[in-house]
Amino acid sequence: MNLNLPPANPAVYETLRGVFVGLPHCVTLGFEYVGSEGRLPTLKVDWREDLVGNPSTGVIHGGVITSLVDTTSAISVTACLPEFETIATLDLRIDYLKAATPGKTIFCRAECYRLASQVAFTRAVCFHDSPDDPIAHGVATFMRESSPLPMIQQGGQ
Amino acid sequence: MSEFMERFCRLREEKKYGELIAAIPYAQLMGVEFSEDEQGDLVFWLPFYERNVGNTVLPALHGGLIGGFLENAALIHLMWNRESQEAPKIVDFSLDYLRSGKAKPLFARCEITKQGKRVAHVLIEAWQEDRAKPIAVARAHFLLSSPAA
Repeated sequence: MNLNLPPANPAVYETLRGVFVGLPHCVTLGFEYVGSEGRLPTLKVDWREDLVGNPSTGVIHGGVITSLVDTTSAISVTACLPEFETIATLDLRIDYLKAATPGKTIFCRAECYRLASQVAFTRAVCFHDSPDDPIAHGVATFMRESSPLPMIQQGGQ
Repeated sequence: MSEFMERFCRLREEKKYGELIAAIPYAQLMGVEFSEDEQGDLVFWLPFYERNVGNTVLPALHGGLIGGFLENAALIHLMWNRESQEAPKIVDFSLDYLRSGKAKPLFARCEITKQGKRVAHVLIEAWQEDRAKPIAVARAHFLLSSPAA
């Protein structure tokens, strides 16, 4: 799959990335869509005191990284979808390569490297300044057509 | 010992579950609660809050939120059950989603599968209405000490 291409269906991508970033829990955490290179989306979360996991160090809670990887990975799948469909995370693994630096924004870039008929496979990297200096790495799988209910209201606003 | 570890140990001694959660900002933001059961095992739960939703149509809890809840449960469970001068550091976390998380309270229990000198392995299980029908299972590795310690 050539991930340098634009999204398979730009309307699907633009709509669903908006839906995913706008989900209540993502709004709670302050996730923002930064942009995409080909079919690789990047999201970010700014450091915030209420996202900290260890108050003596100020390091962001691993759970925030988990949500960021899950969300960015799901958006990377939507870049490959030909039509609207509902997807759901099947499994997720995060390797915490090093502690995030307190006060610094965390970025996450994800790619869907295989879209099979029923399952999508993704990998993601979290970093501060460059993907070459990662703080966490995530791999995930998503079930396609996980629900007959669309994630958006009919008409795809 | 860090100020956080001192506070953790004191709150554990006094079994002040709510204050312990309040000491961990993201656990507080999620809305986590926990206590010991009759056997002295920890059970964690998360009342349903709109801010934790990840699918507004179903509606369902956000998968990342479920992950954060389980990861946090594993960390507290481990800290609760061992004597240490420092907080364990998570190395990796693997999560299998079995069912969607409904707009209902979420529960979790943990089990320390192995605790070595340097690494601990923790299993976590989450369920909603029926413990026999888990909605997610996870496992995590934690580093227990820094090389200098």
